[in-house]
Amino acid sequence: MIVELGHFALILALCVAVVQSVIPLIGAQRGWSGWMAVGDLAANIQFLLVAASFAALTVAFVTSDFSLKLVVENSHTLKPLIYKISGVWGNHEGSLLLWVLILALFGASAVWFGGNLPPRLRARVLAVQGMIGVAFMLFMLLTSNPFLRLAVPPFDGQDLNPLLQDPGLAFHPPFLYLGYVGLSMSFSFAVAALIEGRVDAAWGRWVRPWTLAAWVFLTIGIALGSWWAYYELGWGGFWFWDPVENASFMPWLIAAALLHSAIVVEKRESLKAWTILLAILAFGFSLIGTFIVRSGVITSVHAFANDPERGVFILLILGVFMGGALTLFAARAGSMEAKGVFSTVSRESGLVLNNLLLTVASFVVFIGTIWPLLAEILWGRTLSVGAPFFNAAFTPFAIAIAIALPVGGLIPWKRAEIRRALWLLRGVLVLAVALGALAWAMQTGRSALAPLGLGLGAWVVFGAVVDIWQRTGRGALQERLRRLRRLPRADWGKAISHAGFGVTTFAVAAITAWQVEDIRVVQEGGSFDLGRYTVTLDDVEETQGPNYLTTMATMTLSQGGDVIAVLQPEKRFYPVARMPTTEAAIDYGFLRDVYLVIGDEQDAGGWAVRSYIKPFANWIWGGSFLMALGGCFSLSDRRYRVAAGARRPQGVPAE
Amino acid sequence: MIRVLVLSLLLAGPAFAVQPGEMLSDPELEARAREISKGLRCPVCRNENIDDSNATIASDLRLLVRERLVAGDDDQQVVDFVVDRYGEYVLLNPVARGAGMLLWIAGPLMLLGGGAVALTYLRRRRPVQDTPLSEEERARLDALLKD
Repeated sequence: MIVELGHFALILALCVAVVQSVIPLIGAQRGWSGWMAVGDLAANIQFLLVAASFAALTVAFVTSDFSLKLVVENSHTLKPLIYKISGVWGNHEGSLLLWVLILALFGASAVWFGGNLPPRLRARVLAVQGMIGVAFMLFMLLTSNPFLRLAVPPFDGQDLNPLLQDPGLAFHPPFLYLGYVGLSMSFSFAVAALIEGRVDAAWGRWVRPWTLAAWVFLTIGIALGSWWAYYELGWGGFWFWDPVENASFMPWLIAAALLHSAIVVEKRESLKAWTILLAILAFGFSLIGTFIVRSGVITSVHAFANDPERGVFILLILGVFMGGALTLFAARAGSMEAKGVFSTVSRESGLVLNNLLLTVASFVVFIGTIWPLLAEILWGRTLSVGAPFFNAAFTPFAIAIAIALPVGGLIPWKRAEIRRALWLLRGVLVLAVALGALAWAMQTGRSALAPLGLGLGAWVVFGAVVDIWQRTGRGALQERLRRLRRLPRADWGKAISHAGFGVTTFAVAAITAWQVEDIRVVQEGGSFDLGRYTVTLDDVEETQGPNYLTTMATMTLSQGGDVIAVLQPEKRFYPVARMPTTEAAIDYGFLRDVYLVIGDEQDAGGWAVRSYIKPFANWIWGGSFLMALGGCFSLSDRRYRVAAGARRPQGVPAE
Repeated sequence: MIRVLVLSLLLAGPAFAVQPGEMLSDPELEARAREISKGLRCPVCRNENIDDSNATIASDLRLLVRERLVAGDDDQQVVDFVVDRYGEYVLLNPVARGAGMLLWIAGPLMLLGGGAVALTYLRRRRPVQDTPLSEEERARLDALLKD
């Protein structure tokens, strides 16, 4: 019964979304305030209905209602409660419902927090948001309905993929979706502005927090996924350039470009048309990501051809929204005249460079991702594009961004001199070069990657420190410290995020270049050296978990006779899903992780053991966390909390 | 989750890649084998190199690479040997030949194109000569400044 209610609520939500996409739009065009206000009501009702539908599906999972096809395929009575809940979105249909729920949530948030928006703009934003809702709810109900029943329910389910039964993975998709779908708000604002034919500083201020929030969520989502891959997949990789990873990375890059260019719109009223285009593209990449992941087209063209229904539908959604928005853009972009003038060397130009690098970088990722598809369709060649290509093609962009960032962040608006910024950064430059040289000298005969990473990381991190310090102006130290505390949160956000980028840059280089790896057969009771540590395999035993069997090794990590940690790597087998997983045991440290994996028992006796020292592993996610934290700081800046529209210009307006 | 659905498909065996028994005793050759393996794709996996993969065929390929190395092939010969048998599909780093060239130069081309557009835009936005204030405006400004 509850399931039918959920199904019904979803259908009702679709009807409400249809109303939401038509009535406010007409209202805004004709200036009928009553019709415009329908948008507010519809967005709230749509959210409530989708939430009810989502709750119904959750109840079905929690109570293990095996009359529901989706529950049978993705759940099991023995599964711990938290994974019964995360099982709701651990599959195609459920994850789409989560997608629609978040879409409706963002629509409703535009009503809750958009009190200061001009009613016309708000009505149009809500209408566009409603259209996206219609498209995705139709997609669900027509091709991927989560509420389908089984005529003959089985006694138990087939269990959730054991790899998904992990806390890191339970929360990875919701964050990622908050990011993906959050970009729909930027898109809606862009389309609304195009319909309106007007983009001004206020628009920049309204659209920026939504982009920022989406970007923060994407950052957290990507970092969680990467961290999960690191500890779960058994060899400590953190990024694989897999199409599904790229699907989340491309919108992240574009969103990063967008939130920088929106600053130029807000502060200088320039780059308007470009910012609108980026907002459209950012959501476009979210849709492309959805297409890549949901259609199976990247796995193989044939898989797509055999079951094209879903893929074609998403492609249709992509075509309609991108085609529509870009046509509108072509027709209206000319009218977005920029106001601010600036010289070739200025903060504006710095941000143009930032946008150029980020956008081209994301297109490089895009081309690499779809290249196998193109090659097969155009030339009938089956080929692969993997990590070596992406590393080679993407790294130069990351390096260029890192080099330019501290300078671009320091130079003033309108007109600047590079020399002055470099003078302020002279200490940082010396420090960065010195650190790089030191690393180079200490690691004879290895790649230049790590010294380069250390130098660049230091350049960006300390560049951010100089940036925020020089914001305190001149005067006595105490005076400046006092001012430092009072700086706008946006300044803090900028410094923290940029420093986070520097930390991650360094960590990625360091872990890639300085990792120590050891693969060998170890007898029970035997020990071996790993870098400066000694690892002893104490024993291996077979035991049982709540819904799995496990082979658990006990290993002692010691240094110079002192025990540092006792670690228990496992090899699990989930009988219901008939899938094995590895649970690496990691001794986390500030400067390094020791990463132990137990393998198969060898015919000649003993166990295969893989062990690693992973230097600065935590810094990768620490840096990502800093980036997200900086975003939160910016988001809480006073100028977003104070109603932007409520501020009236003081005095006589300059005519 | 997105990634997982996929990764789960590839992890057919226990997540354990290079086996101790497969490794060569000569550390230099072994290091070369590892480096070559990183660029070769496991044919039945999705986006996994033969070094990380647990599939049987990946293990066979790892042994094949080592056999060729021991036989005295240089790195390129080993790669060519594998490509001859399994097709260019196994190359994670696509060859920059013919149409493949497009992929490699796409990034630099876009950067150049985008850079040219951006530069034109920046030059256009350079401040024009300020028009001098008229007598009336100057008088008004003086009055305002005195306040």
